Amino acid sequence: MTDINTRIAEKVNGSDVVLFMKGTPLFPQCGFSSRAIAILEHLGVEYDSADVLQDAELRQGIKAFSDWPTIPQLYVKGEFVGGSDIMMEMFESGELHELLAEKGVPHAA
Amino acid sequence: MPMDAGAIEGMIRAALPDAVVEITDLAGDGDHYAARVVSEAFRGLPRVRQHQMVYAALGGRMGGELHALQLTTEVPA
Repeated sequence: MTDINTRIAEKVNGSDVVLFMKGTPLFPQCGFSSRAIAILEHLGVEYDSADVLQDAELRQGIKAFSDWPTIPQLYVKGEFVGGSDIMMEMFESGELHELLAEKGVPHAA
Repeated sequence: MPMDAGAIEGMIRAALPDAVVEITDLAGDGDHYAARVVSEAFRGLPRVRQHQMVYAALGGRMGGELHALQLTTEVPA
């Protein structure tokens, strides 16, 4: 059995941008996750996602891992950025774009 | 269980006594709120840490009892 924290660490380090969400990018199951996907799509960045609704261990585990009580959760280059409110604030202020540029993550917008 | 806006404000102010807290009931259902919290305690901290402080003040209710709290944190101007 793989420890959930190891599994999460592998996931967040496996791609430049990782979103833990409810549902899938095509069919988000929650307004907050849907908003997070819209932001990533708008930025034109490649991302990996994990559906916590399909994995009860992950759903609990990611909250402890990030010390963050809600889903979605965004990671960039292995670092926790925040939930959908922070994503929205950072997107609107241009900080999210700056962060991606700073970390050398290719994106369109 | 829905939570009262006053209770949310009270918990935040108990943890951050200087905080200016504005709660908006977004849907009028006592379940979807927006909160704007302004406190000196946030100064110099990344946003994630600021939000974590507010979540800590809510003592684990966030994500459970309190489904949706759209949070904005600020340092006093």
